[in-house]
Amino acid sequence: MSQENKVSKSKLHGLWALTNRELKKWYKAPVVFVLTLVQPILWLGLLGNALNLRSLVSPDSLALPPSLVAEFTADQLALLQDFISGLGNSMMQGTFGTDSYISFMAVGMIVFTALFTTMFSGMSIVWDRRLGFLNKALSTPVSRAVIILSKVLSATLRAMFQATIILIIAIPFGFAVGAAFTPLSILGVYAFLFLLCVGLSSMFIAINIRSRSNETPMAVMNLLNMPLTFASSAFFPISRMPGWLQAIASVNPLSYAIDGCRQLLINDTINYSQLLFQYAYVGIFAVVLSSIGIILSWRYLNK
Amino acid sequence: MSQNEDVIKVENLTKVFNKTLVAVDHINFNVKKGEIFGFLGPNGAGKTTTINMLITVLKPTSGKAEILCHDIAKQSDAVRYSIGVVPQEYTADEDLTGLENIMLCADMYGIPRYISKKRAADLLELVELTKFKDKKTQTYSGGMRRRLELASGLINRPKVLFLDEPTLGLDVQTRAATWNYIKTLKKEFGMTLFMTTHYLEEADSLCDRIAIIDHGKIVVVGTPEELKDSIGGDIITLSIQKNTDITDIIKKIPQVKEVKLDDKTYTIKTESAELTAPLIIEAIRKEGHIVSKLSLTKPTLNEVYLQYTGKSMRDQADESRERMGHGLMMRRPH
Repeated sequence: MSQENKVSKSKLHGLWALTNRELKKWYKAPVVFVLTLVQPILWLGLLGNALNLRSLVSPDSLALPPSLVAEFTADQLALLQDFISGLGNSMMQGTFGTDSYISFMAVGMIVFTALFTTMFSGMSIVWDRRLGFLNKALSTPVSRAVIILSKVLSATLRAMFQATIILIIAIPFGFAVGAAFTPLSILGVYAFLFLLCVGLSSMFIAINIRSRSNETPMAVMNLLNMPLTFASSAFFPISRMPGWLQAIASVNPLSYAIDGCRQLLINDTINYSQLLFQYAYVGIFAVVLSSIGIILSWRYLNK
Repeated sequence: MSQNEDVIKVENLTKVFNKTLVAVDHINFNVKKGEIFGFLGPNGAGKTTTINMLITVLKPTSGKAEILCHDIAKQSDAVRYSIGVVPQEYTADEDLTGLENIMLCADMYGIPRYISKKRAADLLELVELTKFKDKKTQTYSGGMRRRLELASGLINRPKVLFLDEPTLGLDVQTRAATWNYIKTLKKEFGMTLFMTTHYLEEADSLCDRIAIIDHGKIVVVGTPEELKDSIGGDIITLSIQKNTDITDIIKKIPQVKEVKLDDKTYTIKTESAELTAPLIIEAIRKEGHIVSKLSLTKPTLNEVYLQYTGKSMRDQADESRERMGHGLMMRRPH
């Protein structure tokens, strides 16, 4: 055979080409790219500041009635205000593990963004089917698993990039790392995000793989999105939820990724056995869901 | 490989959807090396299903097919490496440029970059898209997108090229231009072409052999000439002023072989139209009817098509135009 007919017979050939195809739709479209950066600013700026829970317990919000103030000396009053302030801090510490809600929420936000990014990328398989690209790809020697993996990989890379941006943007809003933070923690956060995104995007692709309409998967995903976000520790700690909600939130893989990231980023001490369990939980989620995704792709793309 | 070896061999190929819908029903045909083989049939006849099985996108329910001696079900990767596909839809990614799209195809075939870069440039030159290669395909016209699909389908230097309705929805000029490209490509690369089409004139002038498929079954295979001869003679079409059935009157004339009434028009088969026509007019006039329209035709594929499928190609064209008007095409049955 002449050199002209040389082809790669690697099982993974085409993976990067197909992944890059998805990514180009994002980084080559300036409007989309800028919007993905603006969105976290809005979330952090609006929700993070509007829900300023720290201010609930502060000398301003707990002002004493004037009749009571008159009974204290100035020194006693200052002491009382310090006490209220301290009470506020310890309430925040006790509930959120940090005295800044912005820090708490920013970590929830990175995972929440991962959920959204993977959700939308799950739709792309429906479009590929509708526009005939999927059939074209299936007629080439590219492996069926690679078609699925490229979508998982592009969603994962994109979500990881966006998470980085959110954390950077959160700094001027008051995001502060905890005492246990080291540069290595960032790699740990990426590992969590990677595992979570692989699991989530495999799940959304599995939901969409047979569908030819946009509406049904959209409805299913919107339905899933709400409990996944709010029955998790994204915006409020699980330990302070009612019992039934705790039960749901404590099987939600998002909670484990979020809690793990919080340990790495904003907590003052790291519980390593807990951290290991969190990695294991999210890791198993990723392996199980991506296996399901690949099995389904073999089943439905090989009819 | 010798000149007459069969490139595509199809034996009792069958596809059943959802256990009840028989889309392709025990079809048999062979395609010889270097020929253009045309698949003609009404909508829903099983053309696209057949092509999807041959290009290894669908698994046959039963029967088998070989492409260059590779079994489509058991050696699908070997088949995929040796074929090119130009699908019915515009599959190029609208957010990518023409060049990016063709390179994506090259990467899906695992062609090393140092080869594919040169090849992509040559192919874009061939389909006259070099000037637009860095423009996003969403800015391309229908004809340009079709040419890009053609170029993409050739990136792996296929020995067999599958074209699924390559001119569907294109205007007459673009259609003619597309056919010129296809002819050039065939000459240049010496490929075997398998195509489906709605357009009889094109099948007639381009295809070496044609199979007519209807309700999932192949009704006839042959060269355009053989098929036309099989009609057996010339055709007279006529209509009369009054809306009465005069089939019996025409049938009485000995030279008339067959009469069909379709939408107030009589289609009459005879050995020689020139000699029979005066006899028919005479007979009709005797019964007090007046001929309003009359035409004599030597058989074309249109008549062949009508003969074997019972449908006129005119209805087909209307149907397909309607389909194109509905925006996204969703017609692959699953």
